Amino acid sequence: MLYQYSDADKKETRAGFGDGIYEVAKKNPRVVALTADLAGSLKLNRFIKEFPERYFQCGIAEANMMGIAAGLTIGGKIPYTTTFANFSTGRVYDQIRQSIAYSGKNVKICASHAGITLGEDGATHQILEDIGLMRMLPGMTVVVPCDYNQTKAATIAIAAYAGPVYLRFGRPKWPNFTPADEEFVIGKAQVLTEGTDISIFACGHLVWKAIEAARILGQQNLSAEVINIHTIKPLDEAAVIASVAKTGCAITAEEHQIHGGLGDLIASVVARHNPVPMEMVAVKDSFGESGKPEELMKKYGLDTPNIVDAALRILARKKQDALAG
Amino acid sequence: MASVSELRNIATQVRRDIVRMVHAAQSGHPGGSLGCADFLTALYFEIMERKPGFDMDGMGEDIFILSNGHISPVWYSVLARAGYFPLDELKTFRRISSRLQGHPATHEGLPGIRVASGSLGQGMSVAIGAAQAKKLNHDPHLVYSLHGDGELEEGQCWEAIMYAGAKGVDNLIATVDWNHQQIDGTTEQVMNLGDLNAKFIAFNWLTLQMNGNDMEEVVNGLKKAKSISGNGKPVCILMNTHMGYPVDFMIDNHEWHGVAPNDEQLAKALAQLPATLGDY
Repeated sequence: MLYQYSDADKKETRAGFGDGIYEVAKKNPRVVALTADLAGSLKLNRFIKEFPERYFQCGIAEANMMGIAAGLTIGGKIPYTTTFANFSTGRVYDQIRQSIAYSGKNVKICASHAGITLGEDGATHQILEDIGLMRMLPGMTVVVPCDYNQTKAATIAIAAYAGPVYLRFGRPKWPNFTPADEEFVIGKAQVLTEGTDISIFACGHLVWKAIEAARILGQQNLSAEVINIHTIKPLDEAAVIASVAKTGCAITAEEHQIHGGLGDLIASVVARHNPVPMEMVAVKDSFGESGKPEELMKKYGLDTPNIVDAALRILARKKQDALAG
Repeated sequence: MASVSELRNIATQVRRDIVRMVHAAQSGHPGGSLGCADFLTALYFEIMERKPGFDMDGMGEDIFILSNGHISPVWYSVLARAGYFPLDELKTFRRISSRLQGHPATHEGLPGIRVASGSLGQGMSVAIGAAQAKKLNHDPHLVYSLHGDGELEEGQCWEAIMYAGAKGVDNLIATVDWNHQQIDGTTEQVMNLGDLNAKFIAFNWLTLQMNGNDMEEVVNGLKKAKSISGNGKPVCILMNTHMGYPVDFMIDNHEWHGVAPNDEQLAKALAQLPATLGDY
């Protein structure tokens, strides 16, 4: 199956979060929201209007916000913290580690403006290390949905999931291509296009780029299997193993540092179960800079042609290995 | 209801437990633990409204959050003697596979503990969250918290102090253990806290002071704090204590912050702390 979209279908993933938390809060009175002076950026307006008593404005004090969220769980609440990804992770790592993760608190850390597509604000705000930071924490679930619909569905799904969750999404308008009524199943990878020549594992904004790359490869009679790893942790290892067994090579694509993210994760599964040639499309150990999202994707090697090039390189390696073998 | 002399007896036994636990583990933090024995004894045996048993939500009861987690020995002793877990378990303090971790944790399921602490500065935020949850749940009970004075050097404390004052979290009673000692010396030497009372008032808190090593004052101070809660402002108790109280060779000496007594020192300390309720 090939996903379709038009320009009219572009939406921000953060808007999916804002709509999702409003929907889930209507059904679940235990859901509460906290922010650190970024309610507008996280699209909380409807939630605040409808549920003012369940909304906690913490000011520009993220460490305190994380602690308050941990405390709210003690009274049975399901707190959603909201700020940019940079201030949701690196700035408050020890608070998350001790008061939330080690303490097993049911806090949903909702992080917008993740990665380089944050754009013009530049490297201070473009965190590219957050997936690594969060997936290292014992007991932390890490979810990186790919579009508006999936972010909305994930925002709703995590309320019913016991334990701390890191939910990562972004700022720009992005193709919205997954079905609006699709249930979000935490920990279950999604095969978006079936293929036999190469596996492309992607998360977040790069899932759409991977679909575009698969389409281009298809025009060259190369069959790519695109798998959406929307849950980084717990990883659907069986899906990774099954796809790689079929294709014999793999690419990862993510809006994150090459160290600590999806690429490392898939490589560790592949190395342990079925070593095959791999390539990683990610930011190569550097900080970002100011610019438009699409310009930055291109400059930092996260664009559709980068995935296509990686696919062609790896298919050549696979061929060489086959000849040598 | 316990009398002041009964509470004193409990506190003395708690102090014996503290030095014996830290001696047995040959690690831990006796100084601050001894200084806060009167406070925690009064809190659990006289002040807090507690349900039988333990559940994480703590609805329909007062709850306590320890922010300066290194004084775990005093909390463990008080929790055990208040019936949260078997007294015998105090023997396992800091040992492998124990529920009594070096710093308090929920991870091993020790009843009485609702959040991990140890990395300093985080407990007031958690206490505020628990207090806000009580308001949402229409639960009129209170949240008590305890903080070290040196701990107030952590910036997160002031984020929390600012929040609680600005938002009128008036079901929170936060106590500062003002013993003027921290690892590297006195708080005056390391980082002068200045006029703490004026600082809390400037952040829109109600404050009161008490001698944390006089049981009658502790009980009265906590009762007073309770009586002024619920009036739109959080309550801070600045509690003057002596680190190591009342063991003569430990008192007011920052070197006993995190050092275990040897056999001889244990005997000397226990000679000053009669077994009032029986050792674990």
